[in-house]
Amino acid sequence: MQTKVSCTLNGEDVSADVDSRTLLVDMIREQLSLTGTHVGCDTSQCGACVVHVNGRSVKSCSMLALQAEGAEIITIEGVDSNGDLHPMQAAFREHHGLQCGFCTPGMIMSALDLVQQNPDPDDKEIREWLEGNLCRCTGYQNIVQAVKAGAKSMRAGGKEAE
Amino acid sequence: MTKNGMGASVRRKEDYRFITGSGQYTDDINRPNQVYAYIVRSPVAHAHIRDLDISAAVATPGVVAVLTGADMAADEVGSLPCGWGINNKDGSPMFEPGHPPLAADTVHHVGDQIAVVIATSRAIAKDAAELVEVDYDELPVVAGLEAASADGAALVWPDAPGNVCFDWEIGDKAATDAAFEQATRVASIDVVNNRLIANAMEPRSAIGEYDSGKDEYTLYTTSQNPHVIRLLMGAFVLGIPEHKLRVIAPDVGGGFGSKIFHYAEEAIMTWASRKLKRPVKWTAERSESFISDAHGRDHISHAELAMDDDGMFLGLRVSTRANLGAYLSTFGPSVPTYLHATLLAGTYKTPAIYAEVKGMFTNTVPVDAYRGAGRPEASYLLERLVDRAAKVAGLDPIEIRRRNFIKPEDFPYQTPVALEYDTGDYEAAVEKALELSDYDNFESRKNASAERGKLRGIGISTYIEACGIAPSNVAGALGARAGLYEAGTVRVNPTGSVTVLTGSHSHGQGHETTFAQLVTEALGVDFDAVEIVHGDTGKVPFGMGTYGSRSAAVGGVALVNALEKIRTKAKKIAAHLLEASADDVEFKDGQLTVVGTDRSVGFGDVAMSAYVPHNYPLDELEPGLEETAFYDPKNFTFPAGCHICEVEIDPDTGVVQVVRFTAADDFGRVINPMIVEGQVHGGLTQGIGQALYENCVYDESGQLLSGSLMDYCLPKADNVPDFAVTTNVTPCTHNVLGVKGCGEAGAIGAPPAVINAVVNALAEFGIDDMPIPATPERVWQAIQAAK
Repeated sequence: MQTKVSCTLNGEDVSADVDSRTLLVDMIREQLSLTGTHVGCDTSQCGACVVHVNGRSVKSCSMLALQAEGAEIITIEGVDSNGDLHPMQAAFREHHGLQCGFCTPGMIMSALDLVQQNPDPDDKEIREWLEGNLCRCTGYQNIVQAVKAGAKSMRAGGKEAE
Repeated sequence: MTKNGMGASVRRKEDYRFITGSGQYTDDINRPNQVYAYIVRSPVAHAHIRDLDISAAVATPGVVAVLTGADMAADEVGSLPCGWGINNKDGSPMFEPGHPPLAADTVHHVGDQIAVVIATSRAIAKDAAELVEVDYDELPVVAGLEAASADGAALVWPDAPGNVCFDWEIGDKAATDAAFEQATRVASIDVVNNRLIANAMEPRSAIGEYDSGKDEYTLYTTSQNPHVIRLLMGAFVLGIPEHKLRVIAPDVGGGFGSKIFHYAEEAIMTWASRKLKRPVKWTAERSESFISDAHGRDHISHAELAMDDDGMFLGLRVSTRANLGAYLSTFGPSVPTYLHATLLAGTYKTPAIYAEVKGMFTNTVPVDAYRGAGRPEASYLLERLVDRAAKVAGLDPIEIRRRNFIKPEDFPYQTPVALEYDTGDYEAAVEKALELSDYDNFESRKNASAERGKLRGIGISTYIEACGIAPSNVAGALGARAGLYEAGTVRVNPTGSVTVLTGSHSHGQGHETTFAQLVTEALGVDFDAVEIVHGDTGKVPFGMGTYGSRSAAVGGVALVNALEKIRTKAKKIAAHLLEASADDVEFKDGQLTVVGTDRSVGFGDVAMSAYVPHNYPLDELEPGLEETAFYDPKNFTFPAGCHICEVEIDPDTGVVQVVRFTAADDFGRVINPMIVEGQVHGGLTQGIGQALYENCVYDESGQLLSGSLMDYCLPKADNVPDFAVTTNVTPCTHNVLGVKGCGEAGAIGAPPAVINAVVNALAEFGIDDMPIPATPERVWQAIQAAK
């Protein structure tokens, strides 16, 4: 039996018919065709699927699509503004905070929530915050640098070229 | 230095699509009329399949087909091939079991494929797979090396007595035995090299598609080497000729070796797509990856080092058992033999070395190359043994290494185990690492840790690796069933932009940037006017893919050779346009100039002229500006370096934290320092993972206990420190770029440095050994036992 879910996705009104068991990440990827949100595990460890739901970071594999009724969802595809990279995206490129790129959308979405709550995080706070986001390529050091630089740029209103 | 050329930390071209979520990984691709596959896998480690009842699954609404090993046999689908043969001591070939993509009548490990359920949605396929009833007649299980080598052990394969796949040797046994007779001191060690699972963040995925109108197949797959998959699957498994099979490896989310191999699912999807005349898609769930991706490492070794009174090495004797799993994965047999025992000389001038390696079958997932592949096992064994030898000889760990290093004047250096090192300076790397790590002030840091109730230790490793795998004729003589060259095509477009087609494959390494830097350097074209195409057998002429840190050293050199052909032809075209001799034309910074004159033409005009040949030497030159080069290297490359690790241990909990880590590596010349540093960071983190966190554990019945990311501990952001990284360059002597490769060094050098540091920290308890990984429990138990 399918149920219709209506929500906003990156600012646009969308709806999809989903099973009661359909995960939010599958609705986003399969039905709404935004494939920037990734699935890297089946036990909610990896964080490749992090999106924002009503302003907070959420592992979209750990939430049912039905629970997103009426929610505001932002994915990696909704982070830039009219094609201009968000300062956090730019910082990941500038500081080589990615290699294969698979964990990157989740990393960026998670980092954005961190900076929202703590505009000036230190290395330790960043490393602890990112415990729920696994990266197998970078060894994290450049991700930490990127998040710090992204946060700095965001504090400056995104004006600081990264 | 050309801007954006060799040596510049250029920001990566590929990043835009990844940071905006517009990358195209295999699972992001959907084909019209596509159906979804779910694989029924064995829940037991060893059993005859007495009965297989698919009727309930077939009857499920939405199920399109349920296919089994019997269907494959009826279609005469072949066995998944092994790409490297090893001979026994007596010259006879190894035992090579068949490996049907869907098990015929016997399953050999948990996760072995039995059937595929194909349906209109993933969920339906998975539900219906639950309805496939398999009646197992369970057989005795050997789930590890000790069980497999016990007297009277059950057999994985009835025709492989003692579960031995091969019993192989290398080196001079008599000379080594003689060295031990002369020795006044002997150090020995027993080491287990823990079994690991690569866990690239992107799970494997495959889409098979068949075009009945043209009788052509396309396979989209998460592969590090699509041409190799085309060859193996086309020629050996499905009988599809190359010109009818296109393999596309689009954006691939990490590999670390685990995506080199030809896997059953690739053949199953391609085969099923023809049967159903519909695209068939499969994507692994992570728990499925754990029981179907090839695993890595898993050795048990005993090693002895003979020395004289001065701690000079006289001889090394190594005996290794290597777990190959239940079947032979694509390159499985090469890893513990030619990629492991040939590295046992390390960076030392040990005159006599003898190693024997038994490859053994167990009822576990096949074992194959994982980042470093054999070289981490050799480095770990040797660097732990050398630390122990230092104690036996009463020498400092650094001093014993210095005494025994191969010196710069010794190169080229022929080791007693087949390899000839071309160049290196191991002492210089040590000096750099000591300085960068502030080694001299370790004692004060140790005292500061002690004041906080922590134990601090320092450990060193001076590893070497063999990369850029390597001359086809040599590899062939050693058992490789493939060539190991690389191909590159440079296509200069009429308006002067450049398209490169490379057989190397990037799954995180950044080829789209580094290879473009090589083009910019050679042709002077704008960095943004270069496009690197890889990962598609329909576009790239040929290639052997990316593994063994070979992309720059083999693929990069092929590209440079093709660029040189372009330069040569461009000079001839320019000579015609400038009415000069080609010998007098200088090609620099994108301008072709008659030497000593102001007569000059831009490379863009040359390109246009090649495609619009109105004024062109048509009687001497073909139109067009496109060149291909195949490059087969003369030798391996030999990156080496010195890693220094400092750990802090909480004696109350046994928790080990890496607090400082320094790496001074010799990768030869560096194309992009930023990318090289990133590769080192990632390799070190995987090496620290092996040393402290990661462990693949089977129980006696062959059940994988570490079968999810909740049970298998990948390093997290707060498990690793900021790394201090530097390079010490001795250019490779036998390739034009002077490059050696950097992808695996971290995973090779780090584990022994970490464990040497842990043992050093625990020395005050009289502890001189620590199993790997040094988990809190093991460390705590060791401390308690010592108390």
